[in-house]
Amino acid sequence: MIYRECGVFKPTYAKDMAIFPIPLDRWGIGVILFVAFIVVPVFPSGLWDKILPWSKDYCLSSIFVLFLIYSLATLGLNLLTGYAGQLSLGHAAFMAVGAYAGYNLSARLEWLPLPLVFLGAGLVTAAVGLLFGIPSLRIKGFYLAVATLAAQFTIEWVIAHVSWISGGSVLGTIDTPPMKILGRSIDTPLEKYLLTLFVVVVLTIFAKNIVRSKIGRAWMSIRDMDVASEIIGVSQFRYKLLAFAVSSFYAGVAGALIAFCYLGSVQINEFELLLSFWILGMCIIGGMGSILGSFLGAGFIVLLPIFINQVVRMTSGVMPSDFLSNLELMIFGGMIIFFLIVEPFGLARLWMTIKDKLRLWPFPY
Amino acid sequence: MTFFIEVTISGLLAGIMYSLVALGFVMIFKASGVFNFAQGAMVLFAALTFVRFLEMGMWVWAAFVVTLVAMIVLATAIEWIVLRPLVARPPIILFMATIGLSFFLEGFGQGIWDNQVHGLDCESVLGIPDIPAGWLMEKGLMISQFDLLAAAVAAVSVVLLVLFFQKTRTGRALRAVSDDHEASLSVGIPLRWIWGITWAIAGLIALVAGILWGTRLGVQYSLSMVVLKALPVIILGGFDSIPGAIIGGLIIGSAEKLGEVYLGDYVGGGIENFLPYLLAMVFLWFRPYGLFGREIIERV
Repeated sequence: MIYRECGVFKPTYAKDMAIFPIPLDRWGIGVILFVAFIVVPVFPSGLWDKILPWSKDYCLSSIFVLFLIYSLATLGLNLLTGYAGQLSLGHAAFMAVGAYAGYNLSARLEWLPLPLVFLGAGLVTAAVGLLFGIPSLRIKGFYLAVATLAAQFTIEWVIAHVSWISGGSVLGTIDTPPMKILGRSIDTPLEKYLLTLFVVVVLTIFAKNIVRSKIGRAWMSIRDMDVASEIIGVSQFRYKLLAFAVSSFYAGVAGALIAFCYLGSVQINEFELLLSFWILGMCIIGGMGSILGSFLGAGFIVLLPIFINQVVRMTSGVMPSDFLSNLELMIFGGMIIFFLIVEPFGLARLWMTIKDKLRLWPFPY
Repeated sequence: MTFFIEVTISGLLAGIMYSLVALGFVMIFKASGVFNFAQGAMVLFAALTFVRFLEMGMWVWAAFVVTLVAMIVLATAIEWIVLRPLVARPPIILFMATIGLSFFLEGFGQGIWDNQVHGLDCESVLGIPDIPAGWLMEKGLMISQFDLLAAAVAAVSVVLLVLFFQKTRTGRALRAVSDDHEASLSVGIPLRWIWGITWAIAGLIALVAGILWGTRLGVQYSLSMVVLKALPVIILGGFDSIPGAIIGGLIIGSAEKLGEVYLGDYVGGGIENFLPYLLAMVFLWFRPYGLFGREIIERV
């Protein structure tokens, strides 16, 4: 009774095709955006410290920004794997491309405004993704998954060894130049958070619209059965490569955000194979083929280590860090298996179930 | 010229070691259609268990047997807990489950044992020192005895596996299952039992690979990364072909060593990480199912 579609009339086609046709969804999204854009920034930090065990600056710069960036990266992988059905194990490498492209653009072209730096980083990464997407036209399934590992290792090596890209230091360490938008410098945690949030919101709306357009339907047809979709006239060449390009674009922007808004100083080993697997794990836990799932999965994975740390600290005092990292691995691996067995569509499906329940609640008859 | 031969031979020998890991993949893929990413974690787990039992003062053979029992228990548990609930799901879901499994095993193995680096002494475990073989030295070739022994072990394992597949009753059942799950069920082959055996054999291969690789690299976390060396080997050879795993390993091993020695200087080292993958992709472009893989004919 609380959440319902009935009584929502759509007298025009435009209303029928609205991005959130149900009023309650619109309200919900509005409240979330309001909290994220207005409430969090103006929330007094003194009160914040009393409620949560971490200070506001720490929350903003270490948890929220990381969550948003991982969500963006997961969203990109979800478009490729969850919607277009092409399993990729090289996502972290594309993030690296974005980070280094963003650095080079802003360091070499100092007049370039920051939004264009992010856009450029995304476009460069999209081009690289397109290149490594070419094998998907010939090979598929596991052969393709392993072939995407080629992207991971090749890109890692190229960035580390070509000094024109990475500045020539051993691990390819780069320090991002200070950020400026319209003459206003962005250096406090709050400003970085707002910048990241803005980019993520814009790209999320973009993704949401892609997947409900012709392109998204073509991707889903390829995912469900590529031979059949080719026969009904969906160009595999165009849409597979487009999926790789768009997915890499998201990864690239996420990588640039990591470099500029999260770490400030990046080394190539931030983007090793393990990160690719973590992002794939977020994708699975959140829900394959779901925009919302990308956020839920990323939130889960970002909060998990913090949560484990807190629980262990509360129950048994100090633990060796070896033990903690092993425990984290076990829980992460166990979670992936658990979700695949119990809920193959991830946390997003849980939300669907809740919605179904809410439709009837509190009068289930 | 001698140098070239030396590099090629050592590459081929390293390639056989890759094949050994790749064999574990192929075994499981053939019998159950699961692309088992956790093979690397199994190698790590087996080697860790083995080395810790050795450090407790066990004899080599006793430790081997005890570890083998542990691997069989582990394989059964995996089959029971992870695979059984996932029967009849798309292969990609199973693959992701094995990624989760590999995280879990890495944490679990290091959790019950430890995160330290354990040396595995070649002489005390395998009975021969890791020095260049004398009879080859006379011809001017520097090839380690250990490499030769490892290659011999790998070759023997392959021969045994092929014999097992071709000549025994269980092997025939395995081949039937790999051909068609449902048809083999209908003629009375116990699918669960067969899968259990497959995973146990994969565990045995992981143990052998773990001992050999552990001797070479030391038993530690990075041992599970051996899997990344085996992946190009299996896509080059084809997922479901035992000869493919061997020949793929030989090609990748020798190409990697030759590339590192002859190209490495020009482009600046470390190319052995991605060269195998690029090579495998070149092969895949012409043969999308690997050199010996079975071509899948798709119908709508």
